[in-house]
Amino acid sequence: MTSLWNGDYLFLLENLIVKDFKIRYRNMSLGVFWSLLNPLILMGVLTFVFTKVMPNAVPNFPLFVLCGLVPFNFFTVAWNNGTISIANNAGLIKRIPVPREIVPIATVLSTTIHLGIQIALLLIITLAFGRGVNVYWLWLPLLWALEVMFVCGLVLATSALDVYLRDMRYIVESACTVLFWLVPIFYTLDIVPRQYVTVYEFNPLAALILGLRRILYEGVSPNGDAGLVYKLAFTSTVTFIAGLTIFSRLKHKFFDYL
Amino acid sequence: MTVIEFKNVSKAFHRAVGQRLLRHYLEDLMGKSDPDSFHALKNVNFAIKDGESVAVIGANGAGKSTLLSLVTRLAPPSTGQVTINGRVAALLELGAGFHPDLTGRENIRLNASLLGFSRKQASELYETIVDFSELHDFIDEPLRTYSNGMMLRLAFSVAVNLDPEILIIDEVLAVGDQQFQTKCIDKIFEIRNQGKTILCVSHVGPLLESLCTRALWLDHGQLVMDGPTHEVLQAYEGRTLHAPSE
Repeated sequence: MTSLWNGDYLFLLENLIVKDFKIRYRNMSLGVFWSLLNPLILMGVLTFVFTKVMPNAVPNFPLFVLCGLVPFNFFTVAWNNGTISIANNAGLIKRIPVPREIVPIATVLSTTIHLGIQIALLLIITLAFGRGVNVYWLWLPLLWALEVMFVCGLVLATSALDVYLRDMRYIVESACTVLFWLVPIFYTLDIVPRQYVTVYEFNPLAALILGLRRILYEGVSPNGDAGLVYKLAFTSTVTFIAGLTIFSRLKHKFFDYL
Repeated sequence: MTVIEFKNVSKAFHRAVGQRLLRHYLEDLMGKSDPDSFHALKNVNFAIKDGESVAVIGANGAGKSTLLSLVTRLAPPSTGQVTINGRVAALLELGAGFHPDLTGRENIRLNASLLGFSRKQASELYETIVDFSELHDFIDEPLRTYSNGMMLRLAFSVAVNLDPEILIIDEVLAVGDQQFQTKCIDKIFEIRNQGKTILCVSHVGPLLESLCTRALWLDHGQLVMDGPTHEVLQAYEGRTLHAPSE
Protein backbone atom coordinates (compact mmCIF):
# COMPACT_ATOMS: atom_id res chain seq x y z
CA MET A 1 0.00 0.00 0.00
CA THR A 2 1.64 3.20 -1.12
CA SER A 3 0.63 6.31 0.74
CA LEU A 4 -1.16 9.11 -1.02
CA TRP A 5 0.70 11.61 1.08
CA ASN A 6 3.35 13.44 -0.92
CA GLY A 7 4.03 16.44 1.23
CA ASP A 8 7.11 17.99 2.76
CA TYR A 9 8.63 15.56 5.29
CA LEU A 10 10.97 18.05 6.93
CA PHE A 11 8.30 20.71 7.31
CA LEU A 12 5.93 18.16 8.84
CA LEU A 13 8.59 16.79 11.17
CA GLU A 14 9.50 20.30 12.31
CA ASN A 15 5.86 21.15 13.02
CA LEU A 16 5.24 17.95 14.96
CA ILE A 17 8.36 18.47 17.08
CA VAL A 18 7.47 22.08 17.82
CA LYS A 19 3.91 21.03 18.69
CA ASP A 20 5.05 18.41 21.22
CA PHE A 21 7.49 20.81 22.79
CA LYS A 22 5.05 23.71 23.05
CA ILE A 23 2.29 21.57 24.49
CA ARG A 24 4.58 20.09 27.10
CA TYR A 25 5.86 23.42 28.39
CA ARG A 26 3.18 25.98 27.64
CA ASN A 27 0.99 25.24 30.64
CA MET A 28 3.72 24.87 33.21
CA SER A 29 4.82 27.84 35.23
CA LEU A 30 8.33 26.44 35.67
CA GLY A 31 8.65 25.74 31.92
CA VAL A 32 11.92 24.20 30.82
CA PHE A 33 13.25 24.18 34.39
CA TRP A 34 11.42 20.88 34.77
CA SER A 35 14.02 19.40 32.45
CA LEU A 36 16.73 20.37 34.93
CA LEU A 37 14.89 19.54 38.12
CA ASN A 38 14.51 15.80 37.61
CA PRO A 39 18.20 14.94 37.07
CA LEU A 40 19.33 17.44 39.74
CA ILE A 41 17.06 15.94 42.41
CA LEU A 42 18.06 12.37 41.52
CA MET A 43 21.72 13.43 41.52
CA GLY A 44 21.28 14.84 45.04
CA VAL A 45 19.45 11.79 46.36
CA LEU A 46 21.84 9.25 44.87
CA THR A 47 24.84 11.25 46.09
CA PHE A 48 23.39 11.26 49.60
CA VAL A 49 22.75 7.50 49.52
CA PHE A 50 26.11 6.53 48.07
CA THR A 51 28.34 8.90 50.01
CA LYS A 52 26.58 9.06 53.40
CA VAL A 53 24.42 5.93 53.75
CA MET A 54 26.50 3.43 51.79
CA PRO A 55 29.78 5.23 51.18
CA ASN A 56 31.83 4.12 48.17
CA ALA A 57 35.24 4.99 46.83
CA VAL A 58 34.16 6.82 43.65
CA PRO A 59 35.45 10.42 43.83
CA ASN A 60 33.30 13.34 42.62
CA PHE A 61 30.22 11.19 42.90
CA PRO A 62 27.67 13.86 41.76
CA LEU A 63 29.39 14.22 38.38
CA PHE A 64 29.87 10.46 38.12
CA VAL A 65 26.17 9.75 38.66
CA LEU A 66 24.95 12.63 36.45
CA CYS A 67 26.84 11.10 33.48
CA GLY A 68 24.46 8.16 33.93
CA LEU A 69 21.28 10.03 34.83
CA VAL A 70 21.13 12.37 31.83
CA PRO A 71 21.18 9.64 29.14
CA PHE A 72 18.94 7.39 31.23
CA ASN A 73 16.37 10.13 31.77
CA PHE A 74 16.22 10.90 28.04
CA PHE A 75 16.00 7.21 27.23
CA THR A 76 13.04 6.49 29.53
CA VAL A 77 11.06 9.63 28.64
CA ALA A 78 11.57 9.15 24.90
CA TRP A 79 10.84 5.42 24.98
CA ASN A 80 7.69 5.76 27.11
CA ASN A 81 6.24 8.73 25.21
CA GLY A 82 7.19 7.23 21.85
CA THR A 83 5.53 3.91 22.64
CA ILE A 84 2.12 5.47 23.22
CA SER A 85 2.45 8.01 20.38
CA ILE A 86 0.54 6.06 17.72
CA ALA A 87 -2.34 5.08 19.99
CA ASN A 88 -2.50 8.62 21.43
CA ASN A 89 -2.67 10.13 17.96
CA ALA A 90 -5.42 7.77 16.78
CA GLY A 91 -7.48 10.70 15.50
CA LEU A 92 -4.63 11.72 13.25
CA ILE A 93 -3.74 8.20 12.08
CA LYS A 94 -7.36 7.39 11.21
CA ARG A 95 -8.14 10.61 9.40
CA ILE A 96 -5.04 11.91 7.64
CA PRO A 97 -2.83 9.76 5.41
CA VAL A 98 0.44 11.10 6.86
CA PRO A 99 3.41 8.73 6.73
CA ARG A 100 2.96 6.81 9.96
CA GLU A 101 6.66 6.51 10.84
CA ILE A 102 6.87 10.23 11.34
CA VAL A 103 4.65 10.25 14.45
CA PRO A 104 6.85 8.16 16.81
CA ILE A 105 10.05 9.65 15.36
CA ALA A 106 8.79 13.19 15.96
CA THR A 107 7.95 12.26 19.55
CA VAL A 108 11.51 11.05 20.15
CA LEU A 109 13.02 14.09 18.45
CA SER A 110 10.91 16.52 20.49
CA THR A 111 12.37 14.90 23.60
CA THR A 112 15.84 15.76 22.30
CA ILE A 113 15.11 19.45 22.98
CA HIS A 114 14.71 18.47 26.61
CA LEU A 115 17.87 16.35 26.28
CA GLY A 116 19.78 19.36 24.93
CA ILE A 117 18.95 21.34 28.07
CA GLN A 118 20.15 18.46 30.25
CA ILE A 119 23.36 18.09 28.24
CA ALA A 120 24.06 21.77 28.86
CA LEU A 121 23.57 21.13 32.59
CA LEU A 122 25.89 18.12 32.46
CA LEU A 123 28.62 20.09 30.69
CA ILE A 124 28.34 22.98 33.14
CA ILE A 125 28.64 20.61 36.10
CA THR A 126 31.61 18.91 34.43
CA LEU A 127 33.37 22.28 34.24
CA ALA A 128 32.30 23.10 37.81
CA PHE A 129 34.09 19.97 39.01
CA GLY A 130 37.28 21.28 37.46
CA ARG A 131 37.28 18.92 34.46
CA GLY A 132 38.44 20.95 31.48
CA VAL A 133 37.36 20.67 27.86
CA ASN A 134 39.37 18.00 26.09
CA VAL A 135 39.71 16.80 22.48
CA TYR A 136 37.50 13.79 23.19
CA TRP A 137 34.49 16.11 23.53
CA LEU A 138 34.37 15.88 19.73
CA TRP A 139 32.96 12.36 20.19
CA LEU A 140 29.94 13.65 22.13
CA PRO A 141 27.66 14.57 19.19
CA LEU A 142 28.23 11.16 17.62
CA LEU A 143 27.46 9.34 20.87
CA TRP A 144 24.22 11.29 21.39
CA ALA A 145 23.19 10.81 17.75
CA LEU A 146 23.67 7.06 18.12
CA GLU A 147 21.52 7.00 21.24
CA VAL A 148 18.75 8.94 19.48
CA MET A 149 18.91 6.46 16.60
CA PHE A 150 18.75 3.57 19.04
CA VAL A 151 15.68 5.00 20.80
CA CYS A 152 13.98 5.71 17.44
CA GLY A 153 14.43 2.05 16.52
CA LEU A 154 13.01 0.84 19.83
CA VAL A 155 10.11 3.27 19.66
CA LEU A 156 9.19 2.29 16.09
CA ALA A 157 8.88 -1.32 17.23
CA THR A 158 7.07 -0.73 20.52
CA SER A 159 4.70 1.99 19.25
CA ALA A 160 3.51 -0.30 16.45
CA LEU A 161 3.10 -3.23 18.86
CA ASP A 162 1.25 -0.99 21.30
CA VAL A 163 -1.55 -0.54 18.74
CA TYR A 164 -2.24 -4.28 18.83
CA LEU A 165 -1.35 -4.99 22.43
CA ARG A 166 -2.00 -2.03 24.67
CA ASP A 167 -0.07 -3.84 27.42
CA MET A 168 3.10 -2.84 25.56
CA ARG A 169 3.27 0.52 27.37
CA TYR A 170 3.37 -1.24 30.75
CA ILE A 171 6.02 -3.65 29.54
CA VAL A 172 8.11 -0.64 28.50
CA GLU A 173 7.54 1.08 31.84
CA SER A 174 8.66 -2.02 33.73
CA ALA A 175 11.65 -2.50 31.45
CA CYS A 176 12.79 1.05 32.28
CA THR A 177 12.61 0.35 36.02
CA VAL A 178 14.66 -2.80 35.57
CA LEU A 179 17.17 -1.01 33.35
CA PHE A 180 17.89 1.57 36.05
CA TRP A 181 19.60 -1.24 37.97
CA LEU A 182 21.10 -3.09 35.00
CA VAL A 183 22.78 -0.02 33.55
CA PRO A 184 25.87 1.31 35.38
CA ILE A 185 24.31 4.55 36.60
CA PHE A 186 25.47 4.49 40.23
CA TYR A 187 28.20 1.85 40.01
CA THR A 188 31.33 1.42 37.92
CA LEU A 189 31.93 -1.23 35.28
CA ASP A 190 34.98 -2.39 37.29
CA ILE A 191 32.82 -4.03 39.94
CA VAL A 192 30.77 -5.91 37.31
CA PRO A 193 31.99 -9.57 37.03
CA ARG A 194 34.16 -10.03 33.95
CA GLN A 195 31.87 -12.46 32.16
CA TYR A 196 29.08 -9.82 32.00
CA VAL A 197 31.18 -6.90 30.78
CA THR A 198 30.64 -7.67 27.07
CA VAL A 199 26.87 -7.72 27.61
CA TYR A 200 27.14 -4.25 29.14
CA GLU A 201 29.18 -2.97 26.22
CA PHE A 202 26.65 -4.26 23.70
CA ASN A 203 23.78 -2.56 25.57
CA PRO A 204 23.63 0.82 23.78
CA LEU A 205 22.41 2.66 26.86
CA ALA A 206 25.17 1.24 29.08
CA ALA A 207 27.74 1.86 26.34
CA LEU A 208 26.68 5.49 26.07
CA ILE A 209 27.00 6.00 29.82
CA LEU A 210 30.43 4.35 29.84
CA GLY A 211 31.50 6.47 26.88
CA LEU A 212 30.29 9.69 28.48
CA ARG A 213 32.12 8.88 31.68
CA ARG A 214 35.36 8.21 29.88
CA ILE A 215 35.11 11.54 28.04
CA LEU A 216 33.77 13.87 30.74
CA TYR A 217 34.79 12.23 33.99
CA GLU A 218 38.07 10.50 33.19
CA GLY A 219 39.13 12.64 30.22
CA VAL A 220 40.11 9.68 28.04
CA SER A 221 38.96 8.37 24.66
CA PRO A 222 35.49 6.76 24.80
CA ASN A 223 36.61 3.76 22.76
CA GLY A 224 38.83 2.14 25.39
CA ASP A 225 40.44 -1.18 24.44
CA ALA A 226 37.13 -2.72 23.44
CA GLY A 227 36.04 -0.39 20.59
CA LEU A 228 33.01 0.76 22.58
CA VAL A 229 31.82 3.30 19.99
CA TYR A 230 31.86 0.68 17.23
CA LYS A 231 29.74 -1.63 19.37
CA LEU A 232 27.35 1.24 20.10
CA ALA A 233 27.14 2.11 16.38
CA PHE A 234 26.53 -1.53 15.51
CA THR A 235 23.71 -2.16 18.01
CA SER A 236 22.04 1.21 17.29
CA THR A 237 22.01 0.59 13.54
CA VAL A 238 20.67 -2.95 13.94
CA THR A 239 17.96 -1.74 16.34
CA PHE A 240 16.93 1.07 14.00
CA ILE A 241 16.63 -1.21 10.97
CA ALA A 242 14.76 -3.84 12.98
CA GLY A 243 12.39 -1.17 14.32
CA LEU A 244 11.66 0.18 10.84
CA THR A 245 11.02 -3.34 9.52
CA ILE A 246 8.63 -4.23 12.34
CA PHE A 247 6.82 -0.91 11.94
CA SER A 248 6.32 -1.20 8.20
CA ARG A 249 5.01 -4.76 8.64
CA LEU A 250 2.45 -3.66 11.21
CA LYS A 251 1.37 -0.22 9.99
CA HIS A 252 -1.18 -1.38 7.41
CA LYS A 253 -3.62 -2.55 10.03
CA PHE A 254 -3.36 0.45 12.38
CA PHE A 255 -6.67 1.75 11.03
CA ASP A 256 -8.52 -1.44 11.94
CA TYR A 257 -7.13 -1.65 15.45
CA LEU A 258 -7.28 1.95 16.63
CA MET B 1 -8.84 8.96 -17.26
CA THR B 2 -10.07 6.82 -14.38
CA VAL B 3 -9.03 8.37 -11.07
CA ILE B 4 -10.72 6.03 -8.59
CA GLU B 5 -11.30 2.36 -9.29
CA PHE B 6 -12.68 -0.35 -6.98
CA LYS B 7 -12.43 -3.96 -8.19
CA ASN B 8 -14.27 -6.58 -6.11
CA VAL B 9 -13.42 -4.66 -2.98
CA SER B 10 -14.42 -6.06 0.41
CA LYS B 11 -13.53 -4.76 3.83
CA ALA B 12 -14.04 -6.78 6.98
CA PHE B 13 -13.70 -5.58 10.53
CA HIS B 14 -13.55 -7.62 13.67
CA ARG B 15 -16.55 -7.40 15.83
CA ALA B 16 -15.21 -6.20 19.13
CA VAL B 17 -16.74 -8.82 21.38
CA GLY B 18 -15.43 -7.79 24.75
CA GLN B 19 -11.76 -8.08 25.45
CA ARG B 20 -9.22 -8.96 22.81
CA LEU B 21 -6.69 -11.32 24.23
CA LEU B 22 -3.32 -12.42 22.95
CA ARG B 23 -4.96 -15.55 21.55
CA HIS B 24 -7.08 -13.47 19.15
CA TYR B 25 -4.07 -11.63 17.79
CA LEU B 26 -2.17 -14.86 17.28
CA GLU B 27 -5.14 -16.30 15.38
CA ASP B 28 -5.15 -13.14 13.27
CA LEU B 29 -1.48 -13.45 12.46
CA MET B 30 -1.89 -17.12 11.56
CA GLY B 31 -4.58 -16.03 9.11
CA LYS B 32 -7.29 -18.03 10.81
CA SER B 33 -10.69 -16.88 9.62
CA ASP B 34 -12.66 -14.96 12.19
CA PRO B 35 -16.28 -16.12 12.51
CA ASP B 36 -17.16 -12.82 14.19
CA SER B 37 -15.89 -10.61 11.38
CA PHE B 38 -18.24 -8.03 10.02
CA HIS B 39 -18.24 -6.94 6.37
CA ALA B 40 -18.44 -3.17 6.08
CA LEU B 41 -18.10 -3.48 2.29
CA LYS B 42 -18.91 -6.50 0.16
CA ASN B 43 -17.71 -6.92 -3.42
CA VAL B 44 -17.94 -3.29 -4.43
CA ASN B 45 -17.11 -2.40 -8.05
CA PHE B 46 -17.08 1.05 -9.59
CA ALA B 47 -14.85 3.46 -11.47
CA ILE B 48 -14.85 7.24 -11.31
CA LYS B 49 -13.44 9.35 -14.13
CA ASP B 50 -11.51 12.57 -13.96
CA GLY B 51 -13.82 15.53 -13.28
CA GLU B 52 -16.82 13.52 -12.19
CA SER B 53 -18.67 14.52 -9.02
CA VAL B 54 -20.17 11.56 -7.27
CA ALA B 55 -22.42 11.30 -4.24
CA VAL B 56 -22.37 8.35 -1.86
CA ILE B 57 -25.66 7.75 -0.10
CA GLY B 58 -27.02 5.15 2.28
CA ALA B 59 -28.30 4.66 5.80
CA ASN B 60 -26.03 4.93 8.84
CA GLY B 61 -23.66 1.99 8.93
CA ALA B 62 -24.08 1.20 5.23
CA GLY B 63 -20.33 1.48 4.63
CA LYS B 64 -20.01 5.06 3.36
CA SER B 65 -17.23 6.12 5.69
CA THR B 66 -15.40 2.84 5.17
CA LEU B 67 -15.51 3.47 1.44
CA LEU B 68 -14.02 6.93 1.92
CA SER B 69 -11.25 5.58 4.16
CA LEU B 70 -10.31 3.14 1.39
CA VAL B 71 -10.24 5.94 -1.19
CA THR B 72 -7.92 7.97 1.05
CA ARG B 73 -5.79 4.84 1.61
CA LEU B 74 -6.12 5.16 5.34
CA ALA B 75 -7.14 1.51 5.42
CA PRO B 76 -6.25 -1.30 3.02
CA PRO B 77 -9.06 -3.43 1.55
CA SER B 78 -9.46 -6.96 2.95
CA THR B 79 -9.78 -8.34 -0.57
CA GLY B 80 -9.96 -6.75 -4.01
CA GLN B 81 -8.12 -3.84 -5.50
CA VAL B 82 -8.32 -0.09 -4.99
CA THR B 83 -6.60 2.16 -7.54
CA ILE B 84 -6.27 5.91 -7.02
CA ASN B 85 -4.62 8.41 -9.37
CA GLY B 86 -4.21 11.94 -8.06
CA ARG B 87 -3.77 14.00 -4.94
CA VAL B 88 -6.61 13.45 -2.50
CA ALA B 89 -7.83 15.99 0.02
CA ALA B 90 -10.18 14.49 2.51
CA LEU B 91 -12.59 16.51 4.59
CA LEU B 92 -13.33 13.40 6.60
CA GLU B 93 -13.46 14.81 10.05
CA LEU B 94 -12.71 18.47 10.26
CA GLY B 95 -10.14 19.35 12.83
CA ALA B 96 -8.34 16.00 12.93
CA GLY B 97 -4.83 16.90 14.03
CA PHE B 98 -5.82 20.17 15.66
CA HIS B 99 -4.56 20.70 19.18
CA PRO B 100 -6.52 22.76 21.73
CA ASP B 101 -3.42 24.25 23.38
CA LEU B 102 -2.01 25.68 20.14
CA THR B 103 -3.19 28.98 18.72
CA GLY B 104 -5.17 29.27 15.52
CA ARG B 105 -2.05 30.36 13.68
CA GLU B 106 0.01 27.41 14.98
CA ASN B 107 -2.79 24.99 14.16
CA ILE B 108 -3.01 26.28 10.57
CA ARG B 109 0.69 25.63 10.13
CA LEU B 110 0.54 22.20 11.72
CA ASN B 111 -2.55 21.16 9.81
CA ALA B 112 -1.11 22.45 6.55
CA SER B 113 2.00 20.30 7.01
CA LEU B 114 -0.12 17.27 7.93
CA LEU B 115 -2.21 17.68 4.81
CA GLY B 116 0.91 17.83 2.66
CA PHE B 117 1.54 21.54 2.11
CA SER B 118 5.18 22.51 1.70
CA ARG B 119 6.68 25.26 3.86
CA LYS B 120 6.42 27.72 0.96
CA GLN B 121 2.80 26.86 0.14
CA ALA B 122 1.84 27.10 3.80
CA SER B 123 3.25 30.62 4.10
CA GLU B 124 1.72 31.70 0.79
CA LEU B 125 -1.71 30.32 1.61
CA TYR B 126 -1.75 31.48 5.23
CA GLU B 127 -3.47 34.80 4.46
CA THR B 128 -5.98 33.15 2.11
CA ILE B 129 -6.86 30.62 4.80
CA VAL B 130 -7.33 33.24 7.51
CA ASP B 131 -9.32 35.47 5.16
CA PHE B 132 -11.58 32.59 4.21
CA SER B 133 -12.18 31.68 7.85
CA GLU B 134 -12.84 35.34 8.84
CA LEU B 135 -11.19 34.64 12.20
CA HIS B 136 -8.56 37.40 12.12
CA ASP B 137 -9.33 38.62 15.65
CA PHE B 138 -8.88 35.21 17.25
CA ILE B 139 -5.98 33.79 15.28
CA ASP B 140 -3.44 34.15 18.11
CA GLU B 141 -5.75 32.70 20.76
CA PRO B 142 -5.46 29.04 21.78
CA LEU B 143 -7.94 26.80 20.01
CA ARG B 144 -9.60 25.70 23.25
CA THR B 145 -11.09 29.19 23.56
CA TYR B 146 -12.81 28.80 20.15
CA SER B 147 -16.44 27.82 19.83
CA ASN B 148 -17.17 24.61 17.96
CA GLY B 149 -18.34 26.59 14.94
CA MET B 150 -15.15 28.68 14.87
CA MET B 151 -13.01 25.53 15.06
CA LEU B 152 -14.84 23.99 12.11
CA ARG B 153 -14.49 27.20 10.12
CA LEU B 154 -10.76 27.13 10.60
CA ALA B 155 -10.48 23.44 9.72
CA PHE B 156 -12.60 23.80 6.60
CA SER B 157 -10.59 26.81 5.46
CA VAL B 158 -7.31 24.88 5.70
CA ALA B 159 -8.57 21.75 3.97
CA VAL B 160 -10.40 23.44 1.13
CA ASN B 161 -7.46 25.60 0.16
CA LEU B 162 -5.16 22.63 -0.41
CA ASP B 163 -5.94 22.67 -4.15
CA PRO B 164 -6.71 18.95 -4.38
CA GLU B 165 -7.26 16.87 -7.51
CA ILE B 166 -9.79 14.70 -5.71
CA LEU B 167 -11.92 16.28 -2.98
CA ILE B 168 -13.64 14.01 -0.49
CA ILE B 169 -16.38 15.44 1.68
CA ASP B 170 -17.94 13.45 4.51
CA GLU B 171 -21.00 15.15 5.99
CA VAL B 172 -19.04 18.20 6.93
CA LEU B 173 -21.13 20.75 5.09
CA ALA B 174 -22.87 21.85 8.26
CA VAL B 175 -20.10 24.30 9.08
CA GLY B 176 -20.83 27.43 11.07
CA ASP B 177 -23.74 29.78 10.46
CA GLN B 178 -25.92 30.08 7.36
CA GLN B 179 -23.71 32.70 5.77
CA PHE B 180 -20.52 30.67 6.23
CA GLN B 181 -22.23 27.48 5.05
CA THR B 182 -23.20 29.20 1.83
CA LYS B 183 -19.58 30.31 1.43
CA CYS B 184 -18.34 26.73 1.92
CA ILE B 185 -20.80 25.33 -0.56
CA ASP B 186 -19.84 28.02 -3.09
CA LYS B 187 -16.20 27.03 -2.60
CA ILE B 188 -16.99 23.37 -3.23
CA PHE B 189 -18.88 24.29 -6.40
CA GLU B 190 -15.92 26.40 -7.46
CA ILE B 191 -13.61 23.40 -7.01
CA ARG B 192 -16.00 21.22 -9.00
CA ASN B 193 -16.20 23.76 -11.78
CA GLN B 194 -12.41 23.73 -12.04
CA GLY B 195 -12.83 20.15 -13.25
CA LYS B 196 -11.73 18.44 -10.02
CA THR B 197 -13.13 15.08 -9.01
CA ILE B 198 -15.48 15.18 -6.03
CA LEU B 199 -16.70 12.35 -3.83
CA CYS B 200 -19.36 13.52 -1.41
CA VAL B 201 -21.27 11.90 1.44
CA SER B 202 -24.24 13.85 2.71
CA HIS B 203 -27.83 13.48 3.78
CA VAL B 204 -28.86 16.75 2.20
CA GLY B 205 -30.69 15.59 -0.94
CA PRO B 206 -31.13 18.88 -2.80
CA LEU B 207 -27.47 19.79 -2.38
CA LEU B 208 -26.32 16.42 -3.69
CA GLU B 209 -28.58 16.76 -6.68
CA SER B 210 -27.12 20.10 -7.66
CA LEU B 211 -23.50 19.21 -6.84
CA CYS B 212 -23.20 15.63 -8.10
CA THR B 213 -24.15 14.16 -11.44
CA ARG B 214 -23.86 10.58 -10.29
CA ALA B 215 -24.65 8.72 -7.09
CA LEU B 216 -23.65 5.43 -5.49
CA TRP B 217 -26.13 3.85 -3.11
CA LEU B 218 -24.67 1.60 -0.45
CA ASP B 219 -26.79 -0.72 1.62
CA HIS B 220 -25.30 -3.06 4.24
CA GLY B 221 -21.95 -2.85 2.51
CA GLN B 222 -23.23 -3.61 -0.95
CA LEU B 223 -23.47 -1.27 -3.89
CA VAL B 224 -27.15 -1.56 -4.78
CA MET B 225 -27.44 1.25 -7.32
CA ASP B 226 -25.09 3.37 -9.42
CA GLY B 227 -26.58 6.01 -11.73
CA PRO B 228 -27.66 9.64 -12.19
CA THR B 229 -28.09 11.34 -8.81
CA HIS B 230 -31.74 12.18 -9.41
CA GLU B 231 -32.76 8.59 -10.11
CA VAL B 232 -30.71 7.08 -7.30
CA LEU B 233 -32.02 9.58 -4.77
CA GLN B 234 -35.58 8.89 -5.87
CA ALA B 235 -35.13 5.16 -5.50
CA TYR B 236 -33.37 5.61 -2.15
CA GLU B 237 -36.04 7.88 -0.75
CA GLY B 238 -38.79 5.65 -2.12
CA ARG B 239 -37.28 2.66 -0.38
CA THR B 240 -36.95 4.52 2.88
CA LEU B 241 -40.59 5.59 2.67
CA HIS B 242 -41.84 2.12 1.96
CA ALA B 243 -39.82 0.44 4.66
CA PRO B 244 -40.03 2.86 7.55
CA SER B 245 -39.67 0.14 10.16
CA GLU B 246 -36.09 -0.69 9.21
